[in-house]
Amino acid sequence: MAAKKKTDGKQLPGDATLRRELLQSMLLQRRFEEKVGEAYALGKIGGFCHLYIGQEAVSTGVLSMLRPDDYVITTYRDHGQALARGMSPRSIMAELFGRVDGCSRGKGGSMHLFDRSLNFLGGHGIVGGHVPIAAGVGFAIKYRGGDQVIACFMGESVVNTGAFHEALNMAALWKLPCLFIIENNRYGMGTSVERAAAIKDLSRRADAYDGMHGEYVDGQDVFAVRESMERSLETARRESKPVLLEIRTYRYMGHSMSDAVSGTYRTKAELDEYLKRDPINLLKARMLEAGDFTEADYAVIDQEIKTVCQDAWDFADASPEPALEALYEDILVDTTS
Amino acid sequence: MPIITYREALNQALREEMARDDRVFLMGEEVAAYNGAYKVSKGLLEEFGEMRVVDTPITELGFAGVGVGAAMVGLRPIIEFMTWNFALLAIDQIVNAAAKMLYMSGGQYPMPMVFRGPNGAALQLSAQHSQAFESWLAHIPGLKVVTPGTPYDAKGLLKAAIRDDNPVIVLEGEMLYNTKGEVPEGDYIVPIGKADLKREGDHCSIITSGKMVLVAMTAADQLAKEGIRVDVVDLRTVRPMDVEAITTSVRKTNRAVVLEEGWELAGIGAQVVDYIQRDCFDDLDAPVIRVHQADVPMPYAKAIEKAAKPDLAKTIAAVKKVMYIR
Repeated sequence: MAAKKKTDGKQLPGDATLRRELLQSMLLQRRFEEKVGEAYALGKIGGFCHLYIGQEAVSTGVLSMLRPDDYVITTYRDHGQALARGMSPRSIMAELFGRVDGCSRGKGGSMHLFDRSLNFLGGHGIVGGHVPIAAGVGFAIKYRGGDQVIACFMGESVVNTGAFHEALNMAALWKLPCLFIIENNRYGMGTSVERAAAIKDLSRRADAYDGMHGEYVDGQDVFAVRESMERSLETARRESKPVLLEIRTYRYMGHSMSDAVSGTYRTKAELDEYLKRDPINLLKARMLEAGDFTEADYAVIDQEIKTVCQDAWDFADASPEPALEALYEDILVDTTS
Repeated sequence: MPIITYREALNQALREEMARDDRVFLMGEEVAAYNGAYKVSKGLLEEFGEMRVVDTPITELGFAGVGVGAAMVGLRPIIEFMTWNFALLAIDQIVNAAAKMLYMSGGQYPMPMVFRGPNGAALQLSAQHSQAFESWLAHIPGLKVVTPGTPYDAKGLLKAAIRDDNPVIVLEGEMLYNTKGEVPEGDYIVPIGKADLKREGDHCSIITSGKMVLVAMTAADQLAKEGIRVDVVDLRTVRPMDVEAITTSVRKTNRAVVLEEGWELAGIGAQVVDYIQRDCFDDLDAPVIRVHQADVPMPYAKAIEKAAKPDLAKTIAAVKKVMYIR
């Protein structure tokens, strides 16, 4: 249960290439969402839109450890995981713009990004609702005798829903290869975790189920997330047992676009405190210290990523809106098996 | 042709489809070791093993979601609810997940799954165990909803539902499980979305489905003794609804009674009446009358329970009323 040892900045895990990939993955999410915020302000994106800024080490740390044939499912705050899983920035931006080249053909929007080719089983909009679905994917893996796992991301407010308990109980009972990943960003909309959960250490929810391992992880440190994932994957993949990770992070933006950055429910001082542990800045500082690159190299990487994000915007902007006929498409399939 | 019960017909459908396709599995409360709360799954555990006939904890929201997840990645789950009253705990998975997945993923995730179990009232089970949810479920785009009223239709529709690549709701009836009828051995399908003209007559149409088919057929028998000949249109599927079967019958008889087990407001019958007024306005010789449950929670005591339910006497009275027979 205890937090695992801190990684030492001077002896960073992995090689320089891997570290650069991790940084690029996190920076892509950050720059992409900055563009999303801009597009939302211009009215190019509508509806509910929940930014992930501040949590990038969680998505990158978890998903960089998965295999392509593993499965991923998440909540409506799904841009970060979609990008970290390798979905095209163009198809995601087009989806947010409500265009036909979007990953969900403009039918889903920000909350419902799907990519079957990457086993990305979607962003889901009902808090807790996707957790039993993840257990079902775990069931199917076991049914077929496969050795894949499913990573199920959820916010910390999910641990108070009935769906969470029902799913974890079955996953433990039936020994399903599920990684239940709580991204504890401290707030369920505007309600802090202390005001919502009658438990302080959320990973201890695992204690309610025999044979389920739980631990908490520093979610601002991508290496800590990866290290925890390495152990967790051993349990899920080799032993076919579920794992509950509480990855502690922080949401730098409001709950959604209608929520001011600091809001009425948290203080500017609190936000500033967490900004000191920005996951991208932490990684960048360590890489500079380890001699992976210079500030000038970083600036080049950053510029390349900004170019990718601008390209995604341009692509989305040029993509047509779905034709009116699309309204009645994809309600049912007309096939049988 | 063999005469078997509705329960046995469903059991045959499950057994045949599980033998036909090893992606099909049955999951729910008491479906395995107990052989099914209503014995619909009798013998299946022994035949197919515990990975394919799965007892769950009492956790409707959870196991309905397990079915959704399994369907997303290529299995073909049959989720049994001990009754549809309990399925209310799982309505998020049915409405927000199963019915929406294909659409909100832009066509990437079909949901080949079945949610099934007994619907509507039995005897003296009172308010929480006696509800008919046809109209709730039929309201949702992305679902198909079938309501077999006979053993033949039960087997054929359940087999069709299991083979369908969409989420299909199968509304059975606790009071129907012991009813008997002719059911062919072996494979056949009743197509989803096709009504069945169960009785032919030219004086009045009774449009109904599910458990009320039996009531309509008995009413037809009794009315025939008085020289009144009715069409009994068994919808069999309430989403999508076979509008042509309704309008064809009403154009012939010029009078209609719509009989359903559920409540009046926003009921299935309200939709049927809408189709009739839209397509058969000039064909009608009398206003359409609906027969349905009284607008109250189901009571326990026998006499008032009977008063709450749609039944034979109310159906016969309604037919006579649309025919202006005193």
